Amino acid sequence: MSPEKAPILKVSKLVKRFGGFHALDGLSFHVVPGEILGLVGPNGSGKTTAINVISGLYAPDGGEVVFDDAPSGGVASHKLVHRGINRTFQVPKPFLSLTVRENIQVALAYGGATGAPSIAELLEEYRLKEVADRPAADLNSAQQKMLDLTRALATRPRLLLLDELAAGLNPAELDWIAGRIKALAATGMAIIVVEHLMGFIEQITDRVIVLNAGKEIFEGTLATAVREPQVIEVFLGGEHAH
Amino acid sequence: MLNASKHLLFILAPLVVVFALLPGVYQNHLLLFNFVIFLILAQGVNIIYGFTGYLPFGYVGFFGAGAYGFAIMVMHLQTPAPLAVLVGGLVAIALGLLLTPLLRLSGAYFAIANLAASLAVLHFVANPALEGITKGPYGVSLTGTFNPTHAYYAAVVVMALTVGAVIYLKNSPFGLALQAVREDAVSASMAGVNIVKMRVIAWLASALVAGLAGGIYAWYVSVFYPDNVFSGEFSIFAIVFALFGGVATITGPIVGVLILYGIYNLIGFTTPQYFQLIYGLLIMGLVLFLPAGLVSLATRRGWHVP
Repeated sequence: MSPEKAPILKVSKLVKRFGGFHALDGLSFHVVPGEILGLVGPNGSGKTTAINVISGLYAPDGGEVVFDDAPSGGVASHKLVHRGINRTFQVPKPFLSLTVRENIQVALAYGGATGAPSIAELLEEYRLKEVADRPAADLNSAQQKMLDLTRALATRPRLLLLDELAAGLNPAELDWIAGRIKALAATGMAIIVVEHLMGFIEQITDRVIVLNAGKEIFEGTLATAVREPQVIEVFLGGEHAH
Repeated sequence: MLNASKHLLFILAPLVVVFALLPGVYQNHLLLFNFVIFLILAQGVNIIYGFTGYLPFGYVGFFGAGAYGFAIMVMHLQTPAPLAVLVGGLVAIALGLLLTPLLRLSGAYFAIANLAASLAVLHFVANPALEGITKGPYGVSLTGTFNPTHAYYAAVVVMALTVGAVIYLKNSPFGLALQAVREDAVSASMAGVNIVKMRVIAWLASALVAGLAGGIYAWYVSVFYPDNVFSGEFSIFAIVFALFGGVATITGPIVGVLILYGIYNLIGFTTPQYFQLIYGLLIMGLVLFLPAGLVSLATRRGWHVP
């Protein structure tokens, strides 16, 4: 991460309510091109909600999301995809009755990206070549995650949001996907990673934001975060913090 | 687009040739006409249900709207029949636009709301207060345009266009994107697909097809009542035929109509007393053993069905 770069995404004082529950309660952070930012925090702290708002699934109830110097809060998902945001899902949702190849074709045809990678490259790089002509329903969960990722990459995002991509992968797969994610960032893509696996976060992120109850309570490297009393408190409970 | 030309050559062309020539060798023209109408309606159901997952239980609403659009043009403006058929299609599109909010619903809720909408249109058209425009419940008689031969060939043309549209859907990124929306709307929007626009286009296309069919039906029969052209049987038959063959394919609805409507008429001619029993058992068997239609017999074995 080079500090002189201007942020590609700025989130300020973001609020998202579900009924009386404040899933996001004034969250602020930013990410710059080429950076891998980790979003960590206990269950229910608002990580996935933040990704859902940034990717246009939910409209924010307050605050601002600015992508590429233009407001992007409340803009429809497909428009954000065309502007250069994409994501994967915690539970991947490929188009089950379509083949793997057709799944990617949809994103290539409608993603509006110029200079997008070819289907052959994506299939090869994400280990889907053998199953390319099978329906997505036949894939195992790791393959479905990779298909979900290739669907996102086919639209050539400049900001990629990864929601628990690593969960359920074996150690060898984890190392491999960590390498892929770093390679993507090296091309200038900004990447936000939501993850529970701290080893994985440590391995790939430049910086983490720790969330609790819908706001950030820490920003910095993971190594510093684990020495922060407030962070220890929300993860482990009050008595461990002192 | 090599596949598309194959589909045009080996599915669409033979179908059109057969139905264009059959009236010369087979005397029951009304039956042939009904076959063509159901081929159109089953493919119309295929467009909206097969490709987007919305089950249109009130599909006949568009058909009836097309028939009355035709009738009103002919009665009040003495429009030539082919032009009046086009107006029938436009009326169905207008009704489709009016009903687009229904697309917010899904599954059974959409099906029920669509059924209710078609009944509302029926009672609107059949309202005695509108006698001056629609002739209300007393029915219309369009002797001036009566020409079953022309109407039959118009139906064949619309059938060809409809099957052509399905061939396009089956071979284009557009059709792929529609199926993606059906499978998972959220992922589809994350593939860059404008899901609302796609659904509305498919909805209006299937409305147009039914409206044109309705207009041609009015042209062919020339005398009808609201209950005829808004009969729920049109919706049910079109849906059952499409499902029996298998939706989201080109051939499924065609096979469904040829087999099921064939059996329907065969029983009707030979053993009408067992008609509903046999037909009911057939449909139960379909739902229990072949929920994905006849084509699934082949796709289960890994064979590709166009």
